[in-house]
Amino acid sequence: MRFLLLFSRQGKLRLQKWFTALSDRDKKKIIRDVMQMVLVRPPKSCNFLQWRDLKIVYRRYASLYFCCGLEQGDNELITLELLHRYVELLDQYFGNVCELDIIFNFEKAYFILDEFIIGGEVQETSKASVAKSMEEADSLQETMEEYLNKPTY
Amino acid sequence: MTDFLNIALLFIQYTVMTPSVRLQEMIRVIRSARTQGEERGIIQRECADIRSQFRQGDNGERSHSLAKLLYVHMLGYPAHFGQMECVRLIASPRYSEKRIGYLGAMMLLDEKQDASLLITNSIKNDLSHSSQYVQSLALCTLACMGSAEMCRDLAPEIERLLRASHSYIKKKATLCAVHIIRKVPELAELFTPSARTLLSEKNHGVLHGAVVLITELCERNPDTLVQFRKAVPELVQIMKGLVTSSYSPEHNVAGISDPFLQVRILRLLRILGHNNDTASDAMNDLLAQVATNTDSSKTAGSAVLYETVLTIMDINSESGLRVLAVNILGRFLLNNDRNIRYISMTSLQKIVQTDHNAVQRHRGTIVDCLKDQDTSVKRRALELSLALVSAVNIRSMMKELLIFLSVCPPELRSQTASGIFNAAERYSPSKRWHIDTILHVLTTAGGDVRDETVPNLIQLITTASELHCYTVHKLYRALIKDIAQQSLVQVACWCIGEYGDLLLKGECEEIEPVQVTEDDILDALETVLQSHMSSPATRGFALTATMKLSTRITDNVDRIRSIVSIYGSCIDLELQQRAVEYNALFKKYDHMRAAVLERMPVMDKNSPGHTNGDTSGEIKEPDTSKPKPVEAGLLSEPASQVCDLLDLLGGTDTPLQPSPAPTSTPTTTSSADLLDLLGGLEIKPVPTVSVYEKNGLSLKIQCDKQTETEVTVTLIASNSTQNDITNFTLQAAVPKSVQLQMKAPSGNVIPAHGLGQVTQTVLLNNPNKVSLKMRIRVAYSNQGAMHQDTVQIDSFPSAACQPSFSPL
Repeated sequence: MRFLLLFSRQGKLRLQKWFTALSDRDKKKIIRDVMQMVLVRPPKSCNFLQWRDLKIVYRRYASLYFCCGLEQGDNELITLELLHRYVELLDQYFGNVCELDIIFNFEKAYFILDEFIIGGEVQETSKASVAKSMEEADSLQETMEEYLNKPTY
Repeated sequence: MTDFLNIALLFIQYTVMTPSVRLQEMIRVIRSARTQGEERGIIQRECADIRSQFRQGDNGERSHSLAKLLYVHMLGYPAHFGQMECVRLIASPRYSEKRIGYLGAMMLLDEKQDASLLITNSIKNDLSHSSQYVQSLALCTLACMGSAEMCRDLAPEIERLLRASHSYIKKKATLCAVHIIRKVPELAELFTPSARTLLSEKNHGVLHGAVVLITELCERNPDTLVQFRKAVPELVQIMKGLVTSSYSPEHNVAGISDPFLQVRILRLLRILGHNNDTASDAMNDLLAQVATNTDSSKTAGSAVLYETVLTIMDINSESGLRVLAVNILGRFLLNNDRNIRYISMTSLQKIVQTDHNAVQRHRGTIVDCLKDQDTSVKRRALELSLALVSAVNIRSMMKELLIFLSVCPPELRSQTASGIFNAAERYSPSKRWHIDTILHVLTTAGGDVRDETVPNLIQLITTASELHCYTVHKLYRALIKDIAQQSLVQVACWCIGEYGDLLLKGECEEIEPVQVTEDDILDALETVLQSHMSSPATRGFALTATMKLSTRITDNVDRIRSIVSIYGSCIDLELQQRAVEYNALFKKYDHMRAAVLERMPVMDKNSPGHTNGDTSGEIKEPDTSKPKPVEAGLLSEPASQVCDLLDLLGGTDTPLQPSPAPTSTPTTTSSADLLDLLGGLEIKPVPTVSVYEKNGLSLKIQCDKQTETEVTVTLIASNSTQNDITNFTLQAAVPKSVQLQMKAPSGNVIPAHGLGQVTQTVLLNNPNKVSLKMRIRVAYSNQGAMHQDTVQIDSFPSAACQPSFSPL
């Protein structure tokens, strides 16, 4: 996978994860182009597109588009499952996730993604494991007291 | 939510140091902005606030501030001043700060920033941290944005983690290793030993990572691939376990046990089995099992089946297995889910060359997919349909493709049109069918065809000489119906110009006869000329066609003359030039008009004239190259006199008489242009050289080199006396090895006072490349007296064909 994007129907970016090194300008261009292509698709279309040398896989969940750029060797159908798994993880974490959750807690969306995917590849195929890791990591976040008591750097 | 709960939640949030609250307040404020300008103002204020927070150093607020900055960054605003803050936060002992710091590093720092190197040390320390979650942060960040340098530095650490740690870290370290290898391929050797042992892990996450790592290693290094072929049995075992295992809730997706892992293993097996019989054999059974047992009612199952099919087709599988795979794809084609149909066609496209017959069986379904609503599916169906066209099914396929062309979305039209042309060219059952097909395409989608179509079609038409009548009738009818499609109109005009006489004849075997008069044709051409819809190139075609008709029709030549002269003052430069030249052809060069405008020879597809880059496609070859049916010239002399001539050519070197200096190019600009129009290729204005001048009769020659051995010589005679010269004849003799062919002269009366000329063309073929000489005898009557004279032309130098001569 080269990148993963989440954006709203109005074209507002909610999450961007890049798995290759690109300049800011390139990233912005890709976002613009891909958004343009995906947002015009009619509702019951095929979820796969060919764009430049990449396969674009996207799916709409409520008001958010989840969109990936894949290399030629990647399996599009399993990527649909991957996107679905990510949505399930978000749903489990936030409880009935909606776009606002992702807007106001974007850093958590990233943390969850980082527990599920590394370097463009799935790292954990068990939903339960990912959920558990998030829980434990969150518990490490210090309380105010602990925070102030920890030695500063 | 009641107020109480609200407060309670806020309380909890405030006590735990998540960035959330402060961040959420800011987000709320930004979202409440009503205009872009307002938003910018808010952002500016917030950024100023963030900057001052950063400057203050450790105050418990740093992670909030960075989080806010990251949000601002996601909206598209510059955030580079946060880079150093990321570095500082990563180095903090507090997990919250580390967490947000690493996130910031992944979002703001990439290998192009210098600051990225500064975190290398922190990452190194954190890789050995006591808490696995801190280790995890470091691993994740390295795998996300690690530059080549960082990767080199930290590779040994990663390798250690691969071997020593427990599964949570192992799985992350494995994928981090994949990133390192992608960045620094030489480090692949470092990870190869550990990769092998990872396959014996039970944890699915680690196993998945291991398979990805091995795939990456094998793709990069063929030797490693050979090494890992030994792992095929192990991989087969793992797969078998997954496929046959009982329900395991942890990894189950829609009845499939860990489809992610299955797909990756299948992909690795594909690479290992490719071009290798042993490995392919070892996985045969497994693939058959997966192919038959996987439930494809949901996407997860279909994904596994898809990967299986790809693998079967890419390894040396037995034919039964291949058939199974193609059948699966065929089943996919009938699936209700559009995605599955799309996938199926993509896969079929890959194998259509190698397993053509198998794919042909599904042709019907594929052609049906042309009617699908979705553009992606249509596109795939089009490509596949074009690949499936063969000599056997060409007629039915073309019917479908032509229907598709008339309803397909605009972005696919030109691809369809060119696909149809290619298919027609390769498989057309008859020339007539071919022409019909091309005409159909031009009528439906003429605007979307490529420029070469017009000359290609013209070339095709010229070769189908038996169909000229049919073609010109069809095109004429298409033309009078509609003149909007430029390519069609251009071809139609060209044909009418060329074959207008056939059109007038009215009868044609293959098409219903319709009476067409000369006026009708000229009306049609004039409509094209005058219409706003016609492009300049099209009008050029129409004008030339009109001109050509002047030799093919009998009654309306005057009308043509007037059309042509009107356009002599046209604003369009190209049209004006043409009209002026054609006018000249009517006036000054009327004797040449027939020759110039006669039928075109059949064109070779790759002859130089064919690729005359001009989009108007105007291709004319010098008509003098076409052998006319020749009256044998006037060599009806008694043989003895001819022999005389030949004998006299025995190489006597009579000194040259001082001769009038060879007149250099007497051609006026208009006739030079005429020649340019005609030649289009390499014709330069041909010099006319005077070879004889006596008693008011002057003889000039022009010679033109056609090929290495052929020369065309044109003799021009003119008369400056007070009286007409009558009974004018020319005879010519050449050395023995040279072949001579004399064409009919334009006449045998030369008007007085230079008012007219007689021309005669002589074709010489000099296969032995001897030095060319020619002796010419002129005979004529003037004022009742007979005259005779001889001119010898001694040499025709090859390049400019300027002869030297000696009148005798």
